[in-house]
Amino acid sequence: MNKIVEKQRFSENVTKLVVEAPLIAKARRAGHFVIVRCGEKGERIPLTIADSDPAAGTITLVIQAVGDSTRKICALEPGDCLTDVVGPLGQATRIENYGTVLCCGGGVGVAPLLPIIKAMKAAGNRVVSVLAGRTKDLIILEDEVRASSDDVIIMTDDGSYGNKGLVTAGVEEVIKREKVDKVVTIGPAIMMKFVSLLTKKYEVPTEASLNAIMVDGTGMCGACRVSVGGKTRFVCVEGPEFDAHQIDFDELLMRLKM
Amino acid sequence: MFEALHEIGGVLKYGIPEFRLPNSIVDYEIEGLRKMGVKFEKDVLVGKTITYDDLHEQGFKGVFVGSGAGFPRFMDIPGENLIGVMSSNEYLTRINLMSAGRGGDTPVMHGDTIAVIGGGNTAMDSTRTALRMGAKRVILVYRRSEGEMPARREEVGHAKEEGVEFMTLHNPIEYIGDEKGHVKAMRVQRMELGEPDASGRRSPVPVEGAIEEIPVDIVIVAVGVSPNQLVPRSIEGLDVSRRNTIVVNEETMQSNIGDLYAGGDIVRGGATVILAMGDGRRAAQNMARQLLGE
Repeated sequence: MNKIVEKQRFSENVTKLVVEAPLIAKARRAGHFVIVRCGEKGERIPLTIADSDPAAGTITLVIQAVGDSTRKICALEPGDCLTDVVGPLGQATRIENYGTVLCCGGGVGVAPLLPIIKAMKAAGNRVVSVLAGRTKDLIILEDEVRASSDDVIIMTDDGSYGNKGLVTAGVEEVIKREKVDKVVTIGPAIMMKFVSLLTKKYEVPTEASLNAIMVDGTGMCGACRVSVGGKTRFVCVEGPEFDAHQIDFDELLMRLKM
Repeated sequence: MFEALHEIGGVLKYGIPEFRLPNSIVDYEIEGLRKMGVKFEKDVLVGKTITYDDLHEQGFKGVFVGSGAGFPRFMDIPGENLIGVMSSNEYLTRINLMSAGRGGDTPVMHGDTIAVIGGGNTAMDSTRTALRMGAKRVILVYRRSEGEMPARREEVGHAKEEGVEFMTLHNPIEYIGDEKGHVKAMRVQRMELGEPDASGRRSPVPVEGAIEEIPVDIVIVAVGVSPNQLVPRSIEGLDVSRRNTIVVNEETMQSNIGDLYAGGDIVRGGATVILAMGDGRRAAQNMARQLLGE
């Protein structure tokens, strides 16, 4: 049982929970995820870790309510408990001094992107962040992203905040004006597909963090399999990040409809 | 005892179905261990949540690895990533561990016609589970003949008795999907038995041109498992074989790292609970001898 110590509502469907998980808080690195379960009959839901406080023994999760299980998790209040939290799972992001790193997040994907932005900045990179959402209310964690970025571009579909347009417009603007050495993208699969197509055109190495369907999250079930460079890989143990230019996004999009 | 999942019992809980090994029996055994003083920690993945070094810091003088062969194999044929094609681990875990279709929040796909690929005990468990989940037609596809099936005779008999169709000497070569990416048919290649292979069993050889297309709603791939790499990979210097198993002294179950023992599928690659239990006992005896200096 893992107690919720803090809750913040980012928008109608997006909730931040700070959860007691001392061992995970200590062991996790940028890019790792956890599997959580809510209730004795609960589903195992993979969630990327947005932040952690090893001293307080807590991790931060940002959850988008899309189905019954995520709605149940979002309805928890401080003092309530998650039935299970296991992790940190997956491979951590490869953090190096690449030069200039463009971090591009869409919607709730900005939450798992934040620790990568922080780590890339700490490694000495110039970090340019592009945040995107349908509308102003769906741009999350802007202050936290700004604190670790050299420049931030905000894109909204409806133009209610920042620049009007899709995330790719913001990414292209940056690639055209300065030399970008690495792109990291996290967001809806369809967004990552188009970011990947764009950065492939400009030949900028790109990592995408995938949100596949999982059951155990430890390599046991294979529900999360994805084709990368024509080979089947398991997102849970070999990912969640892969070379975006090698990912079969159409297959991923198809499998997410499962 | 550190367990990665949210329930203690491993493959006895997530893999072997209730009708073959009731969970109440597994829980009774676990309760017995608890009474003897064993402490169980769920949701802890050694190598991820805590390291092998952390265990030493916590004062552990000996470590037994029984992390099993949990990594499902696929056949690497076209269409295998279509929706509706899944590993037997996924199918059985959803139903057995997560209670899908029995009050759990976890969903599982249903279908009238279910094909199960493989000829081992897990394949038999999958066919019989599919029947209990309401499938109207369950076809077992196996590339050799019945005589070569690695499943126990009893399990083969039970599956037949319950109405599973056996399609032996056939091998899937492709899955075909509908416009939504859901599997709708499998193409199977007829096989015949040729010369004996390295395992001593006669190896299946394709019969040229004998390919058939069979409509299916779900395909369950039960062609074997490999050892899960999470634990072995996290321990520096541990001797691991080319098949990804932990190498141990067969008498003592001790690995090349003095205080680390291992047994069961992580050593054997995919065997039975009975052999795993034997390994555990032998390892425990030798660990006790080593620690108590007897």
